[in-house]
Amino acid sequence: MTLLFDILTNPAVQAILKILVIVLGFVMIVGTVLTLMERKWSSAVQDRIGPNRANLGRFRGRGTVHLAADAIKSIFKEDTIPAHADRLIFTIAPFFSLFAAMVVWAIIPVAAPIGSFTFQITDVNIGFLLVFAVTSLGVYGAVLAGWSSNNKFAILGATRSTAQMLSYEIFLGLSLVGVFMVNGSVTVSTVVANQGQYWFGDLIPKWGVITQPLAFLMFFTAMLAEMKRLPFDAPEGESEIIAGYFLEYSGMRWSAFMLAEYIAIVGASALTVTLFFGGYHVPWLHADGFELFGWLLPLPTFIVATLQILSFIVKVLFFCWLVILIRWTVPRFRFDQIMELGWKKMLPLALANLLITAVWLLAIDHWHL
Amino acid sequence: MSQDPATGGAASAAAPAAAAQPPALTRLLLERFGDRVLSHHTQHGDETVSIRREGMLDVFSFLKDDPRCAFELMIDLTAVDYLPRAPRFEVVVHLKSIGKNHRLRVKIPVAEQAPEVDSIQGLWVAANWYERECHEMYGITFKGHPNLAPLLLYDGFEGYPLRKDYPKGYQQPLVPMRPVRERYDYGERFHPVKHSHAAAVTEPTEG
Amino acid sequence: METTSASPRHLKPLDFGAEPMVVELGPQHPAMHGITRFQCRLDGEVVEEMVPDIGYLHRGFEKEAEATNYIKIIPYTDRLNYVSPLINNVGYVMAVEKLFGVEAPRRAQYARVIMSEISRVTDHLTCNGASAMEVGAMTVFLWFIKAREYLWELVEEVTGARLTTNWTRIGGNANDLPYGFLSMLEERLKKVEEAVNEGEVLILRNKIFIDRLKDVGILSRERALSYGFTGPMIRATGVPYDLRRADPYLVYDELDFEIPVGTVGDCFDRFLVRQEEIRQSIRIIRQAVDKLPPGDYHCRDRRVWMPEKYEVFNSIEGLIDHFKIVMEGPKPPPGEAYMGVEGGNGELGFYVVSDGSGHPVKCRVRPPCFNFVSAVPEMTIGHYVADIVPIFGSINMIGGELER
Repeated sequence: MTLLFDILTNPAVQAILKILVIVLGFVMIVGTVLTLMERKWSSAVQDRIGPNRANLGRFRGRGTVHLAADAIKSIFKEDTIPAHADRLIFTIAPFFSLFAAMVVWAIIPVAAPIGSFTFQITDVNIGFLLVFAVTSLGVYGAVLAGWSSNNKFAILGATRSTAQMLSYEIFLGLSLVGVFMVNGSVTVSTVVANQGQYWFGDLIPKWGVITQPLAFLMFFTAMLAEMKRLPFDAPEGESEIIAGYFLEYSGMRWSAFMLAEYIAIVGASALTVTLFFGGYHVPWLHADGFELFGWLLPLPTFIVATLQILSFIVKVLFFCWLVILIRWTVPRFRFDQIMELGWKKMLPLALANLLITAVWLLAIDHWHL
Repeated sequence: MSQDPATGGAASAAAPAAAAQPPALTRLLLERFGDRVLSHHTQHGDETVSIRREGMLDVFSFLKDDPRCAFELMIDLTAVDYLPRAPRFEVVVHLKSIGKNHRLRVKIPVAEQAPEVDSIQGLWVAANWYERECHEMYGITFKGHPNLAPLLLYDGFEGYPLRKDYPKGYQQPLVPMRPVRERYDYGERFHPVKHSHAAAVTEPTEG
Repeated sequence: METTSASPRHLKPLDFGAEPMVVELGPQHPAMHGITRFQCRLDGEVVEEMVPDIGYLHRGFEKEAEATNYIKIIPYTDRLNYVSPLINNVGYVMAVEKLFGVEAPRRAQYARVIMSEISRVTDHLTCNGASAMEVGAMTVFLWFIKAREYLWELVEEVTGARLTTNWTRIGGNANDLPYGFLSMLEERLKKVEEAVNEGEVLILRNKIFIDRLKDVGILSRERALSYGFTGPMIRATGVPYDLRRADPYLVYDELDFEIPVGTVGDCFDRFLVRQEEIRQSIRIIRQAVDKLPPGDYHCRDRRVWMPEKYEVFNSIEGLIDHFKIVMEGPKPPPGEAYMGVEGGNGELGFYVVSDGSGHPVKCRVRPPCFNFVSAVPEMTIGHYVADIVPIFGSINMIGGELER
């Protein structure tokens, strides 16, 4: 018994368990379900029925069987590698994308810590900087896939995605500097904990979106560009360069790219929630229960934790839905327009936001507002 | 038959129309190029003139530039093969003026021995592709056309499919498989005017 | 509206050792609407050189037409423009009617107008929907396709088929408009209008969409005329040339409609012109329905129309006429006729030459989009790769018509 307790309280074991629960139990499942939900939601937008034909006998489950059908199909599909492709790089490229998409979850907290136990895989002190460092690797997935395919459309897609992702990373980072300045920290736990504070007594939660609204808009835009989602999907531009960098892929490798895309959506949503929408916080829910205008509804700790996890999931799903809805609503930018938006509009805006935040913080400091 | 362009040529067809007053455009052309107009008629209300091959470019540039004609649009260019007849082909050009709102059909009889007319693609760019199509379908050469490469058919198509002596069910010989080159030197070998269904890959391999 | 994206036509070639890349767009490419090939030489993302290559769908329509009789050509004309087949049917039979000197009765003419305009709406819906899809607005495409489906069901109601209509005959139509069609038509038109408005709400005030189409694929009025542009393409450059007005055929001179024109002649103008033409076509349909006269749907000319069955069985003339039409087909007097109708894309001309026999000497189709495709390089060179797609989408290339 004590041995089991020792094992369970070992930080390494805990980390592995958390990885299993969060990544396998949440991210992979949501990512997979999103592949179906995108089709269902898009069909709702477009007055269609959407996929509903796959079945187990008479069970169709409104298309849910398609999840299994798609998985089986892509596993058994022929995995073609073009004759002129660079076999090694072609083979490993999808996993760069997959890896970069998943690594975000290393630092995302899904509920407030209870005692010494954190609902977070690791709380590194460089926090978000780690995420940006590692997600930048995602560009390698696109570049290597495009280059190794030895296909002109793939090369075009790869160059486009490189330019786009590198450019947008700049003001992705810049837009967040304001948030870090407000919080005085890049550590995730601090940023999230700070969002549990309130303004005007107990009334308005001090979420990132309220303290840094401009930063939120820019961050979300940049995240769309990083994920190569419409309106920024020029690297995939299905009408002109067909599928862009993963044009030559098929079977499970292609699925890896698609899965990476959806996992990236979940990850980006989680980041947005963590940075700007209070992470796991439920408005007016404190560690001991709901409290508003001095009126308290006490709740046991485990219910609070459950509510927090649920709130986190709901928020993440909301942003996943938003990203997908945006895709089916707006047209695609042309590549030069993406660059123009990034460098000529977003970058100055990010710098201005930084300046305003700095002046504002200075004023608060100076006049003790 | 008083009107029989198919067998009797347009000359006889023009007879009843000429007895009445020919319409304005035809009159204008008769005045200006009296000797070059072979015949004219207005069958079914379509004003038609048949002109000589020699000096046809003058007529067309007159039709395009003269304010009384002002044919901005070249609607169509094609040829008709009247096989047993003496001038075997007729190149038919349909013109349309938007400003004046009138139409004219100009026909140029072409003999079988030297099927050659002047290209009008300098006057209307539209003629470029129509002439290419006409060339590959009827074997009529358009003098002064920059590039009479086949348009709808492939390189190496034998014969002229829309001629009456080309059997409808005739099967073309198979085209041998073309070698695919490993590397392309795009800089010099990419010729924009050269057309073929495999322009980038038809060069012989040199290892 | 100020656009900061300077026209890439002024870009200078790179001075470091970058070599251009040749990209083959097509024949199998999602944006090539059938099978057309463009060889493009790219300098980075800018198209330097472009060679169109057509002919992958050439089926020898003219050769085939010369070997069959005048009635059997009608189904071939469906296959020319498979988005608005009824206009092709109408254009062809009108050319033959001109040769014969017969005219369809007024009810048939009104019915032809109604069906032509329905086809024009489906054509424009397809083209504009595809234009929107190609810049990424998939939803608009599907909404327009849904609207097109309403109309194709109507077409099916009348002709028995959605695409391969084969509805007109020399001297009339295959059948009258069916019972209950007119009320169904009005209900469908409302739905189409709704879908068109919804689609416009989604894209016409969208900055991304406007930026993608504005100032893209401009061809000046002079060049467009020289290229022989007709239809929405020439109207987008500001030339109000519409055959329904310029050379009114059928009963278009009795109907009231407007001809929308653009100003610049870019893809956006073409889009707007087509959108407005959808509305005008719906207006024409409504008027034609109001004015639809009673009467016959075919003429009684024995040269082109078979006699009634009781005549065939009871009179020798009827039997002979029936036999002649069935065995030899109608025989127009020798001569030639050109009939241009306003197709979905522009002037769709049929030039038919007869020598008095049952087969035409020549049955030529003047395809409107032939000219457009020949002008694609001029419209595209200097633009980005991504612009090829909206430009090519805006010309509404129909493979069957282009290559016949």
